[in-house]
Amino acid sequence: MENTVSKNHRTFWQRHHFAITPWLFLAPGLLMFMLYVIMPIFQSIWISFYQWDGLSPKVFIGWENYKELMSDENFYTSLKNNLIWLVLYMLAVPAGLFIALFLNQTVAGIRIYKSLFFFPFVISQIVVGLVFTWFYNPTNGIIAIVYALFGAEAPSILGNESYVTYGIIFAGLWPQIAYCMILFLTGLNNVSSEMIEAGQLDGAKGWVMLWNIVLPQLRPATFIAIVVTVIGALRSFDLVSIMTAGGPYGSSRVLAFYMYETALSEYGYRMGYGAAIATILFLIMMVYITFFLWRMYIQEKRG
Amino acid sequence: MFPKPIEKTSIGVQRIYKIALPISLFLWLLPLIAVMLTSVRSAGDITMGNYWGWPTSFNLLENYTDIFYNSKIGLYIFNSFQVTIPTVLLTLSISCMTGYALAIYRFRVNMFLFFVFIAGNFVPFQILMVPVRDLSLQLGLYDTVTGLVLFHAAFQTGFCTLFMRNFIKALPFELVESARIDGVNEFKIFIYIILPVVRPALAALAVLLFTFIWNDYFWATVLVQGDHALPVTAGLQSLNGQWVAQWQLVSAGAIVAALPPVILFFLLQKHFIAGLTLGATKG
Repeated sequence: MENTVSKNHRTFWQRHHFAITPWLFLAPGLLMFMLYVIMPIFQSIWISFYQWDGLSPKVFIGWENYKELMSDENFYTSLKNNLIWLVLYMLAVPAGLFIALFLNQTVAGIRIYKSLFFFPFVISQIVVGLVFTWFYNPTNGIIAIVYALFGAEAPSILGNESYVTYGIIFAGLWPQIAYCMILFLTGLNNVSSEMIEAGQLDGAKGWVMLWNIVLPQLRPATFIAIVVTVIGALRSFDLVSIMTAGGPYGSSRVLAFYMYETALSEYGYRMGYGAAIATILFLIMMVYITFFLWRMYIQEKRG
Repeated sequence: MFPKPIEKTSIGVQRIYKIALPISLFLWLLPLIAVMLTSVRSAGDITMGNYWGWPTSFNLLENYTDIFYNSKIGLYIFNSFQVTIPTVLLTLSISCMTGYALAIYRFRVNMFLFFVFIAGNFVPFQILMVPVRDLSLQLGLYDTVTGLVLFHAAFQTGFCTLFMRNFIKALPFELVESARIDGVNEFKIFIYIILPVVRPALAALAVLLFTFIWNDYFWATVLVQGDHALPVTAGLQSLNGQWVAQWQLVSAGAIVAALPPVILFFLLQKHFIAGLTLGATKG
């Protein structure tokens, strides 16, 4: 700072320099984030109390959209499917850990193996969806061949109301396991070798070692893996849209897809009702976001 | 190291491991291998029902030129580049600054703003859909590349701010302090001292962002309608309807659409993983 200038002669800029500068740096990002992310959240909640087709004037209807949701069977189907997604998607965490343990070696060429195992995460879900749709094809998919080996006829997984959600989740697990795997591989890389050696001296190996010595050190990786998997499960949209478009008879809808369908498709532009569905999904997600932020807050406090 | 290094196990275990590796990789990538093989099959193979056997002929050139000549996939890919590259550049420049502001300066709402950026990054897209679509319509940006770029850049600013802020915060603060004592002004500190040292973080974010934006499907369908701005993810979905049962074309299209992020991943793997595994080791 310029100490030679006496206090009275310093300009406004010089006096408030440190208070203003951060805001200048923040301005573009903050403006765009407010405009496209923060404000729309509140607008959506507001719209959920209106009846609106996107064009004509909005009509305030209070809690009507939410009341309708309470008796909407499609809403419950979507909610139930989201729950199934949430539970089964969690399999990606142990599966990712398993593959990471399998690949955490130093044999020749292992780096290439690691990156090829990670591959499914890099390609878009659209491609994953197209590939699995074709796999599940009961007449010429790979499933038909497998069933033919046992002399049976393949079921139509995506055409059957009781299998369809599981079929889509299975496709979704493929990239998600790859994602968890890479998180655990990075975590394993940082496991302290002294503690492993100390454990060995105490006679720990195999499961005991994994459970008591390695897993506690993998906690950050496990935490991130769970967070991204929960978010992935609640955000599931692409695969449902590509593989079944919610069908058959809406049985594979999830909240994200049902919202899109009500607000923006041939079923009519019911923006208010769609916003109400989105608000519910947002509130469910908020539970996880709050948990995540609370944990970060504790960390920041610790330094 | 855990598990036990394979070199220290018996010869038998080592052999099994060396055989298990390629077999498991083959099974893991079976979906991709099948798609690659099918993308070079002839139309005859497809009608004969030869989906899983060895192709009777290799129609690499025919199939791949077919999709470029007889569909708009070339245009869709061009659109994807048009959306992705400006988004990456814009997001990086914005979040460098927000990250710097939140990492270096102490002011009252610092932590609050930081948490707003993080929270916003996790919200479901559907809660933004109606208002963002409406905003784009009002700004005349609906169905344009610019509209998509602005939204993506704004949304990704959340994650990138988190990333940059933590990266800059981990740098030795003396870098900034000593420059301040020398009387360097804050903007010059940002440009000449901070920017050069955050390059690895920028590289990591650039690869990640490229992949996220390229693979986006939801916003492409919400904010774009016409072929002139449609990215390849949404384009592929509409081509899938057009190429009913022509699996050799669907497969070739899928591979072409997946290629740019895949190439980038293999070139800049180290950065990609560094970005993705942020927070997986400490905390």
